[in-house]
Amino acid sequence: MWKPEPSLADLRYAVEKAGLTPETLLTAYRQMCLIRSFEETIADRYYIGKTPQFNMAAGPIRGEMHLAVGQEAVAVGVGMHLRDADAVVSTHRPHHHALAKGVPADKLAAEIFGKVTGLCRGKGGHMHLFDAEHRFSCSGIVGASFPQAAGAAFAFRHRGEPFVAVAFAGEGAANHGTLAETLNVAVLWNLPLIIVIEDNMYADSTPKWQALAQPHQFQRALGFNVPAYLVDGMDLIDVWRAAKEAIERARAGYGPSFIEAVCYRYRGHFEGDAEEYRTREEVERWRHLDPIARLGERLKRLGWADEATLERLQREAEEEVARAIAFAEQSPLPDPQEALAGVFR
Amino acid sequence: MTRTMKGIAFAIAEAIDQEMAERSDIIVLGEDVTYWGAVFGFTMGLYQKYGRDRVIDTPITEQTFFGMACGAASVGMHPIVSLMFVDFLGAGFDQMYNHIAKNHYMSGGQFAMPVTILTAIGGGYGDAAQHSQVLYGLFAHVPGFKVVVPATAYDAKGLTISALRDPNPVVIFGHKLLTGLPFLPFEGQEEEVPEERYTIEFGQAAVRREGSDLTMIAAGLMVHRCLRAAEELARDGISAEVIDLRTLVPLDTGTLIASARKTGRVLIVDEDYRSYGMTGEVAFHVQAGALDALKAPIRRLAVPDVPIPFSEPLERTVIPSVEQIVAEARALLAAGARA
Repeated sequence: MWKPEPSLADLRYAVEKAGLTPETLLTAYRQMCLIRSFEETIADRYYIGKTPQFNMAAGPIRGEMHLAVGQEAVAVGVGMHLRDADAVVSTHRPHHHALAKGVPADKLAAEIFGKVTGLCRGKGGHMHLFDAEHRFSCSGIVGASFPQAAGAAFAFRHRGEPFVAVAFAGEGAANHGTLAETLNVAVLWNLPLIIVIEDNMYADSTPKWQALAQPHQFQRALGFNVPAYLVDGMDLIDVWRAAKEAIERARAGYGPSFIEAVCYRYRGHFEGDAEEYRTREEVERWRHLDPIARLGERLKRLGWADEATLERLQREAEEEVARAIAFAEQSPLPDPQEALAGVFR
Repeated sequence: MTRTMKGIAFAIAEAIDQEMAERSDIIVLGEDVTYWGAVFGFTMGLYQKYGRDRVIDTPITEQTFFGMACGAASVGMHPIVSLMFVDFLGAGFDQMYNHIAKNHYMSGGQFAMPVTILTAIGGGYGDAAQHSQVLYGLFAHVPGFKVVVPATAYDAKGLTISALRDPNPVVIFGHKLLTGLPFLPFEGQEEEVPEERYTIEFGQAAVRREGSDLTMIAAGLMVHRCLRAAEELARDGISAEVIDLRTLVPLDTGTLIASARKTGRVLIVDEDYRSYGMTGEVAFHVQAGALDALKAPIRRLAVPDVPIPFSEPLERTVIPSVEQIVAEARALLAAGARA
């Protein structure tokens, strides 16, 4: 824990100053439970057919799988401020961002299962999720999200629309030249762009101290005079407050912002990752900062929820996920000939 | 109304201007697209008319301005992006081939990618290995790009307007020696170009010269070198047909096969690298559709798998010249006569 847990008096003061209501925080709690349950259920189904011998091509979900268990607060803390017409460009680890943007869980799950009812009719898969209705897209190429979100932001500003674009990326992607290039044009052209770096400590297997000359990212933004926030990515309230300011600033025409959210992924980089690069003890230490449990505790301390309420929200989320997974599992696979259609419009 | 126009650069710029005047979704992005008209003239005059809101000089950051084009297209814009020299594709190709070319397919048809890419190609003026390549074969190889190679001013205007009305990524490869700009040699021909707008459908090759003894297939600058070679061959009584592909994707295989069946002899001429490229692809389609009519094996002339060298005699050796085309044509006519 690198920001001290506030006393009850300070917590009350903080949520009041931020304009956080019980309704908002309970919604956030439920959303985080939804993402956690979604990711854990996908993991459960992913290993069907993949044990005892791990074979990425076996089972109902094929290919690589990058899950975001532990990073829920970042997605939800940002996503709660976004509208359908705002754009989000995400990464190879995209499920939490998609759900937080309002992408329906059933079509999302169906795409991950490669079903014709999926978002992309089975052509995208887990790393290539698209939802035009919610202006959500992502890319499996590290560093690709920054300029694409800048392009959407450019279009919004050019047309005088009150929308913003958000690029999510990891701390590994922050090393990519696209970040510096995009920060530069975002300032030059006053783009309504919010760059969110989820620093989960590891770029695949490479710990950040092996790959980063500086332990933090926000200085990169300050170098371009972009307002930057260093937030506790395991703390929904901290993320929510920074995102609110950043998004309101962009919507009002005052240009880009940068949020560095320090967080942690509890699962491997990909499913099947042997995690030789970190210790179980380290993972357990971060478990004490579980963003869902922390928010739940605070809701109870504030008197805004009791244990029964939290359990109900979690149960509702799990039921929604169960329906989404059932929809995916019961949906048909695409017609093989569909593979040949759709290169051009 | 028509008027005489020299080269493809003004024709492309005029096409963009006429579309931009009526459509607010078009913006122009790239290096030096304002004062310098993208260096090779494809955007000249647009900045003076539309200003920096719509004609935008970018930092020298290909991956970022191509990524921005992808993002802007995904929310309804039609960006025109200048890749000043095609040789610079390496600095931004990820956003082109992994995103702009694939997002429509990967999204199950949800995200159109109406992005028009303008790029200058070719050598012959001493710009050496990193500023003289053609590389349209790389784009044509990746699913998702339409590949347009105008050889004439008339085509350049009509094909550009088609590109700007196409909801797909289209790359327009303009040869520097066809631009008609005063600082470069000009190997094209002045011609009449209508003032009004018109379109040319993609996937329709043009028979530039009719002939009966052999077929020469080319694109861009090589069309003009083939036409000059055909004139020279005609002095010896050899009748060469010259086909301008106009678009590599989509490829008009019907016109190629019909001509091959008519003449029975095919020479493919390309300024791109020889192996795994346009010549091999065209040869495949010709043999698949006309093998029984071929009187000799197909021949090809292309850059012989070396980088483009600087010194003039070296450069002349690797880029197909009129003399080399004539020699190849004679070899084709001499070869493998079958009963």
